Amino acid sequence: MSKFPCIVGASDFPLQDRGKAKEGNTELTIQRYCAQKSLEQAGLNFSDVNGIAVAGMWGVPGPGIMQPNVLTEYLGIKNPRWLEGTNIGGSTFLLHVNHACQAIEAGICDTVLILYGSMQKSKMLRSLGNRLAIYSNQFEVVAGLPLPVGAYAMAAQRHMHTFGSTKETLAEIAVATRAWATMNSNAAFQDPLTMEEAMSSRIITSPLHRSDCCLVTDGGGALVLTSHEKSKNLKTNPIYIRGYGETNSHSSINYMPNLERLEIAEFSSSNAYKMSKLSPKNMDLTMIYDSFTITVLLTLEAIGACGPGEGKDFVKDGNIAPGGSFPLNTNGGGLSYCHPGMYGIFTIIEATQQLWGLCGERQLDDPQNAICHGTGGVLSSASTLILSKEKN
Amino acid sequence: MINKPTPVIDADSRQYWEGAKSKKLMMQYNKNSNEYFLYSSSLGGIKHNENIEWKEVSGRGEIYSFTLVHAPAGEAFKDDIPYIVALITLEEGARIISNIIIEEGEKISIGDRVTVHFEKYSEELTIPKFKLVK
Repeated sequence: MSKFPCIVGASDFPLQDRGKAKEGNTELTIQRYCAQKSLEQAGLNFSDVNGIAVAGMWGVPGPGIMQPNVLTEYLGIKNPRWLEGTNIGGSTFLLHVNHACQAIEAGICDTVLILYGSMQKSKMLRSLGNRLAIYSNQFEVVAGLPLPVGAYAMAAQRHMHTFGSTKETLAEIAVATRAWATMNSNAAFQDPLTMEEAMSSRIITSPLHRSDCCLVTDGGGALVLTSHEKSKNLKTNPIYIRGYGETNSHSSINYMPNLERLEIAEFSSSNAYKMSKLSPKNMDLTMIYDSFTITVLLTLEAIGACGPGEGKDFVKDGNIAPGGSFPLNTNGGGLSYCHPGMYGIFTIIEATQQLWGLCGERQLDDPQNAICHGTGGVLSSASTLILSKEKN
Repeated sequence: MINKPTPVIDADSRQYWEGAKSKKLMMQYNKNSNEYFLYSSSLGGIKHNENIEWKEVSGRGEIYSFTLVHAPAGEAFKDDIPYIVALITLEEGARIISNIIIEEGEKISIGDRVTVHFEKYSEELTIPKFKLVK
């Protein structure tokens, strides 16, 4: 990459009361706050922005179908040269970064704002049902599959059957993630979680328990991307995007090729590694979209942290917890920090802030490289980023 | 009581739901590759414009994966909990998603043999579900 696209602004939205935005906010005020904060970090203004990417689940049916139009209007962005509103589920924002890199490389724009906002907790928008029984999803909706959790549960069941992972394996992930969240003052759940508590939490749909499932919160975030050249005059140290990948395979879980292997993450991450000329052993931090504990297990095995079926041993004995050898989801993840519905952007915000050294109590010791991986839909889409303090 | 969701029947699912009314499990069949599928051809690797027809299948298969649902998919399924949703690989090779109806005391595992059982909801809708082969 000759222009060395990089992140120069990254911030999330402050939450209170177990993951709620302060009263009076909307999806738009959340995004304005995060955008302003991210631009200020870099020493930029709204008038510098010439590319905009946004996705979310608000305003549908209605203006939310065309979110880039809403945000350009609301923020007063003049003549953006590049627009992106693809939505592939929670992995979307990693894909937006990929595409922003391509646009910056191609010289189309040089200051991109990537935005996300959600009020799903305050507005009580989530339900396991109420999906339309249409297209290839009609059969599962008629069968009463709670979504998305039921789809992930069937992947967990299949993984357990094939590789011998257990309920304890999944609980280890929930417990380690919570341990990281105890050091994030913006996390919805900051009190430690024990193995006993995790395993005795309410069963949702077998084999997944409450502690295996992400939270439902409000929240939002923003990223600012630019080129190496333009970053020289800015206030933050650029975090370079050294490699990226993306792919997808299905919409309904019935059409996932093999439920015990996250093959789309294998494909996406191997392309990202190849581009970056870095390998899994070079990663000082791993940020995985933890929609469910099983998503983490499948992703660890897919992105080369360990081999297929080895995850059950890999996550044991505090290996992924604070003090372990493999820092994972240091913000407390979607399981314990926040999950406004499309969590992917938070993997990038945390990785960037860790590489900047701004993470306080949970700050890692001088990390150089990080991998972020997002999964969207029902294990449907994948997107990977490899971030580094060094441009090559 | 809230009504259960009914399928929005379309060109790619009509024969499946029509067949169920007369207790036939219907799948799409690719005459060129000898592969069966329902709705989306992604798992069969089927190309567009190939020779597709609908055929009745045996209704026998095995459990590929499943979940025992305790948190229902909305109010409409509240009275059914716990209930089983499963992915079933049919003998002919297609995979479909449906419910498995078990009797008191029965337990299910991946790999268990199942057979189709048609549950009539109304004059317009019969749903193919499955039971364990004893």
